[in-house]
Amino acid sequence: MAIIRRRRGSVSTTTVPFPAMTLSYIALFAWTFVVLFPLYWLAVTALKTPLDVNGGPFYVPWRDFQPTLDSWHYIFFDLREDTFRPYTNTVVVGLTSTAITVLLGSMAAYALVRMHYRVGLGAIGSFAVAVAITVVVVIAGGPWPLGVAAGTGVFVLLLQTVARRFRRGAGNDDIAFWMISQRMLPPVATIIPIYIFFQQLQLLDTWGALIIAYTASHLPIVVWLMRDYFQSVPIELEESAAIDGASPYRIFRSIVLPLAVPGLVATFLFVLVFAWNEYLIALFLTSANAQTLPLTVAAQNATRGPQWWYMSVLILIMIGPVIAMAIALERFIARGLLVGAVKG
Amino acid sequence: MSIHASPRALRTAASWWHPVGARLDRGASLVFILPAVVVILAFSIFPLLASLYVSLSRLGFSEGGVELKFVGFGNYAKLLFGIDQPHFLGVTRPLTPVGIAVLLVIYGLFAVLLYRYARGPNRTLGGLAGRVVTTAIAGALVWLIVNTILTSGRPGTLVVTIVYVAVDVSVQYLLGLGLALLVVQHLPGRRFFRVVFLLPMMITPVGVAYLFRMLTDTSKGPLYPLWAHFGLTDVSWVTNPWGARLAVMIGDVWQWTPFIFIVLLAAIETLPHELTEAAVVDGANRWQVFWRITFPQILPATTTVVLIRIIEGFKIVDLPNVLTNGGPGTATESLTLHAYTIWRALDIGGSAAVAYMLLIVVTFVGISYVNLFRRRVTAMA
Repeated sequence: MAIIRRRRGSVSTTTVPFPAMTLSYIALFAWTFVVLFPLYWLAVTALKTPLDVNGGPFYVPWRDFQPTLDSWHYIFFDLREDTFRPYTNTVVVGLTSTAITVLLGSMAAYALVRMHYRVGLGAIGSFAVAVAITVVVVIAGGPWPLGVAAGTGVFVLLLQTVARRFRRGAGNDDIAFWMISQRMLPPVATIIPIYIFFQQLQLLDTWGALIIAYTASHLPIVVWLMRDYFQSVPIELEESAAIDGASPYRIFRSIVLPLAVPGLVATFLFVLVFAWNEYLIALFLTSANAQTLPLTVAAQNATRGPQWWYMSVLILIMIGPVIAMAIALERFIARGLLVGAVKG
Repeated sequence: MSIHASPRALRTAASWWHPVGARLDRGASLVFILPAVVVILAFSIFPLLASLYVSLSRLGFSEGGVELKFVGFGNYAKLLFGIDQPHFLGVTRPLTPVGIAVLLVIYGLFAVLLYRYARGPNRTLGGLAGRVVTTAIAGALVWLIVNTILTSGRPGTLVVTIVYVAVDVSVQYLLGLGLALLVVQHLPGRRFFRVVFLLPMMITPVGVAYLFRMLTDTSKGPLYPLWAHFGLTDVSWVTNPWGARLAVMIGDVWQWTPFIFIVLLAAIETLPHELTEAAVVDGANRWQVFWRITFPQILPATTTVVLIRIIEGFKIVDLPNVLTNGGPGTATESLTLHAYTIWRALDIGGSAAVAYMLLIVVTFVGISYVNLFRRRVTAMA
C-alpha cells in the first residue's frame, strides 16, 4: 500500500500485503541493479589490464580475470602531478566557490524573507537607460571609462528627476523571481563575454576565474532553496533578540544560521556537487593550470582511443568523496533541501 | 522556482514597525542583498547583454587584439536561412502520409484547445492573444520536428535538443514517480534504497558519459552475450544516428531520475494521511486513492520539479560531447554543444547567436509551461 502510511515515529498499523510486497521488492531491486551495475563495472574495469578490457567482457575478478592495480599505480605514481593538480583544483575551487555562494545566497535569501524591499520601476528604468547609453558609447568607439561615466551621470540624473514620478515598484517577490530566473540562462549564453572579461584581466586559467564564475551561476539555486527554508524558521527568536538589542548581523550569525543548519548542509552539498562536476564553464575558462577533474577525465580519450582502465580509476577517485558525503548526509537532503521544492 | 507570497513574508513586509523588521530595514538590508545582486548583475546580466551584442557582430582575434564588426542579424539569418540552416534546423523533405496525419492530429488538438478557451468562461483578451502566439510558435516547432524526423530529412541541433528534453523528462518523471511510490511504502530496508537511488545524481556527467560508452560497447561491453544472441556485435550504437541519440538519452535518464525521485518522495512523505485513510475506510482501492488523492496533492511539487528538469535539460552538453562527440555527423549535437563547436572554430558571433536561440527557446518553453500548467495547478491548490 503505497499511500497508507503513518508519519515517521508513530507505530504503523498497516502492513503491506504479501504479493504487493514481493512485486515491490522485485521492482526495487531491479532499479538497484540498474543503478549499481554501471558502478560495479567501473570498479571492475579499474582493476583490469588493457588486455582484459579489450579481450571481451569479463565480469568477476579472480574468476574471469586476475585483478591488478596497474592502472591505480599509473594514475597515482606515473602521472602524479597530472592527477593531483586537477584534484587540488577541483577541491579548492569547489569548496571555495560553494562556501562563498552559500554565504552570499543565504544572506540574500534571508533578506528577501525578513526585510522589506521596494525598488521603484523608475529606478530600474533609469538603470536600463544608463546601461544602454554606456553600451552605445562603447560601441560607437568611445573609450570605456567615458561610457561608464556618461552612463552613471545619466543614471543619477534620471533617478533624481523622472524616476520619482513612478510610484509602482518591484517588491521582495519580484527580486526573488529575478534572481531565481537567472537559472534559466544557459551558461553558454554568457560564457563568451565572461571569457573575454577574464582574458582582459589576465585571469584565464586561474582558480579565481572559476570561483567567480561558479559563484555567479550557482547563486540562484542557493537563493531559491534557502529562501524557502528561512520561511519555515520561526521568527519569534529573532524578535526577542532584536528587542534585546542584537544587531541584524548578530541575529543572522548567532540565531538564524544555527537554526538553518539542515537547510544549509543540504544546499551546500547540492551546490558542491554542481561545482565539483561542472564541465562547460571549466572547458571555456581553463587550459592546463586550473584544469578541473571532469576535464581530466574527458582528456583520457586520447589519440590511442579511450583509455578505459585509467579513466575508471579517475572517475572512481573523483566520485568517491561526493558519494561518501551524499551517503553521510542523506537525511539532510531529504529534510533540508526539499522544503522548497515540495511546496511548489 | 517558487514565487509565492508566504504568510510570513507578507506579515514581515506589512509590519514595518515590527522589532525585527524595523531594525533590519535600516541599512543592514542593503548589506545583506547587495553582494548577491552585484554578482548576478556583473556575471549574468552584463554578460548576457554583451553576448547579445556579440551575436550581432563578427568577432575575430587579430594580431592587435580583438576586433568587432557589427553585422546586424547576419548570424541569425545564417542559422535560420543561410549555410548553417541544415546544422541548426535540419534538412526538411516533403512530408510522408504518416507525417501529414501526425501534423493534422496535433494541429487539430491545438485548434480544439484554442476553441475551448475562446468559448470558455474565463477568457481574457490578453490570455487569448498569448495562447494564439504560443500556438503559432509551438505549431511551427511541431512542423519542423515532423518534417525532419518523420521524413527522410535530418533533424538539426534545435530539434535534437527538443527531442532530448521531451523524452528525457517524461521518462525520468514516470520512473521517478514509480520509484517514489515504491520507496514510500513501509518496507524493511527503504533507507538503503533511498541512498542507492540517489547515487547517479552525484556522478559527474562526463563520467556518466564514459560509463555508458563502456556499457553500450557491443563487442567488449558487459552486454556482449545479449548482442551476440541477436547477432548485433558488429553494430555500433554510435554510428547509427538514432542509436547514438538513444545512448545519450539513456545516460541522461539514468543520471537525473534520482532528482525527480527524491523530490516526489519528499512530497508524498509530507502529505497528511487522514485523507487517504478516510478514502480507504470508504472502500477506495489503491488505484483510486492514487489518482483521486495522492496525485492531485503532489501536483504542485510535480510541476515545479518538471519545470526545473526542463530548464536544466535544455542545457545538456557533457553527455553528447563525450559519449558521441556530437556524431555521427552532427546527429547527437545539442544546442549548447553546437554553440561550443562553432566557438572553437572561432565563429564567436555565430556561437553567441546559437546561445541566444537556445535562450529564446528555453524562455518560450518555460513561460508557456508556467502559464498553461503551473499557474492552473497552483491556483487549484
